[in-house]
Amino acid sequence: MQLSRDQLLSAYRRMRTIREFEERLHVEFLSGTVPGFLHLYSGQEAIAVGICEQLDDDRDYIGSTHRGHGHCIAKGVDVKAMMKEIYCKKNGVCGGKGGSMHIADLDKGMLGANAIVGGAPPLALGAALSAKLLKTGGVAVPFIGDGAANQGTVAESMNMAAVLKLPMVFMFENNGYAEFTAASYATAGSIEARAKAYNIPAVTVDGADFFAVYEAAREAIERARNGGGPSAIEAKAYRFWGHFAGDPQRYRAAGETKELRENHDCLKIFAEKVTQAALLDQAEMNAIDVEVMQLIEDAVAEAKADPQPDPASLYKDVYVSYP
Amino acid sequence: MPIKTYREAINEALRQEMEANDRVIIIGEDVAGGAGGSAGGGEAAGGVMGITAGLATKFGRDRVIDTPITESAIIGMAAGAALTGMRPVAELMFADFIGVCLDQIYNQAAKFRYMFGGKARTPLVVRTMIGAGMGAGPQHSQAIYPMLTMIPGLKVIVPSNAYDAKGLLIQAIRDDDPVIFCEHKSLLGDSCEVPDEPYAIPFGQAAITRKGSDLTLVGISRMVKFCNEVADRLQKDGISIEVIDIRTTSPLDAATILESVKKTGRLVVVDEANPMCSVASEISSIVASDAFDYLDAPIKKVTAPHTPVPASPTLEALYLPTPDKIEVVVRDLLEH
Ligand SMILES: Cc1ncc(C[n+]2csc(CCOP(=O)(O)OP(=O)(O)O)c2C)c(N)n1
Ligand SMILES: [Mg+2]
Repeated sequence: MQLSRDQLLSAYRRMRTIREFEERLHVEFLSGTVPGFLHLYSGQEAIAVGICEQLDDDRDYIGSTHRGHGHCIAKGVDVKAMMKEIYCKKNGVCGGKGGSMHIADLDKGMLGANAIVGGAPPLALGAALSAKLLKTGGVAVPFIGDGAANQGTVAESMNMAAVLKLPMVFMFENNGYAEFTAASYATAGSIEARAKAYNIPAVTVDGADFFAVYEAAREAIERARNGGGPSAIEAKAYRFWGHFAGDPQRYRAAGETKELRENHDCLKIFAEKVTQAALLDQAEMNAIDVEVMQLIEDAVAEAKADPQPDPASLYKDVYVSYP
Repeated sequence: MPIKTYREAINEALRQEMEANDRVIIIGEDVAGGAGGSAGGGEAAGGVMGITAGLATKFGRDRVIDTPITESAIIGMAAGAALTGMRPVAELMFADFIGVCLDQIYNQAAKFRYMFGGKARTPLVVRTMIGAGMGAGPQHSQAIYPMLTMIPGLKVIVPSNAYDAKGLLIQAIRDDDPVIFCEHKSLLGDSCEVPDEPYAIPFGQAAITRKGSDLTLVGISRMVKFCNEVADRLQKDGISIEVIDIRTTSPLDAATILESVKKTGRLVVVDEANPMCSVASEISSIVASDAFDYLDAPIKKVTAPHTPVPASPTLEALYLPTPDKIEVVVRDLLEH
């Protein structure tokens, strides 16, 4: 499957935007300006972008996780409004009431980051059911960590999706850790094999290789749109930071994250591939980097300057109506 | 007497009960941490807040058991083990995650003894973190003890300080019924005098933390700290407030509250939980029905509003009862 130059540039821009967003947030968090908990997506960009570049805003939905910033950016949520939300400000995507772990934008097909591990897959079933009944041709994609894979909700959702032949792609991101515990300890057997046990077609790909994710996602989305039911993809992923910003990572060998950044950086791998195949020049990507840096710079400045939410908003939107 | 934090007091209670009885085990996510990690698999966390730090190293991973992320199986396994001879202390990291495993608590552990005709003992402890104040957002900040308090068969513990945390947790581990032990995340670093030796505080015995005669302030968990602060402030103006820390919401020590209200004639209940069907409502109803003739003023509640907990620290501060908000209500009621 050959991507056009525009498609390649768009994918690169999104991955770079996620990376810059997260790396900058890490710095800001350590300086104490960001409230709440922060889980960074750096290293996993090719997974979110590899699948979301092929999803539509209006009919396709994703369900996200506590590590959701990358999924949101990949699905087209406004970067500046996201940054304001993470700063819990008035003009954040959720008015400051959700914060980093609850960024949601239903108009962009983004069902929400989620602070409950395993919370999103059943919700994605619902989006897929709506798509099927309303005949939109839409697809629903829950993102699921190696840790989340062990929640009952994930097993229940795979079975239900298979039984009802729902248009879904279960996108597993196996970054080797759930908090401070390794997947090799906590996640028995293989995730791919678990999906196959439900007769769900499943493949394992290298999540640092944008093209591998893209191709697996293309097949799975096509199957879902054509009435072929759910698929699963297990992407091997690389978490460059700790579980949360500020995690001392005592469970990881010294030098592990450095090695990941050297050898499993999806942005480096993407740039090497496209320049070697003479699809893009390094200069074009460098120009994007400059624009992205500026965008993030502006997003942070605007987020810091944005007002606090109105006190009255505390009481608003508990219900649509309540006599 | 040595000064210890709430976090250290809980850790010490666990350690001492594990030393005393080898059937006491800990089960939860990252209660040790580090399993399978590239650093060699040694203990690497001791819980997300470091409360169980050192216990895996001391007692081994057979007794401090790291689990996958699977709360239904964690709580269910602990309940089943409790029914069959162990004394498990399961950790449900944030109390909000009870949504994932409520069946194992509500339909299973809480009902064994009654529905099995008195044959079962379920010495299960579920330790969990409640409360707002850390900007942790709507799914990590709730004070969910009211919905547990209404379940027959459960005991629900809400320690407000390090001394109580140790004594109540030791009682919880020795108790033969299922106990939900609610640790307030904003109290973990608070400290006070805590004896080194093990001691148990019986359930259903409130503590009077300030003696007074003009008005009774009843607090729950972190709110006790705020009530004490208000009592100390008002004392400077010659106002005498009695503060009661209920310590356990089930069993509830109504006698101590009633006795105090009969003396002061005025009651304000301060509760971080949402106001509908709450512990504050329950206490108000008991006093209204059993001490009505002694009341000189209406009963007042200071609670969170009927909304989820917002992520924004600005809104979260508005959401929470504070000493200032309590003081306004108290002064108002004294004028009545
Ligand atoms: C129901 C529930 N249990 C536990 C947690 C605490 N928690 C937050 S993230 C996390 C680890 C998730 O690991 P994984 O699914 O592999 O995602 P990753 O962090 O690697 O992206 C845990 C245990 C939670 N938020 N919700
Ligand atoms: Mg993981």
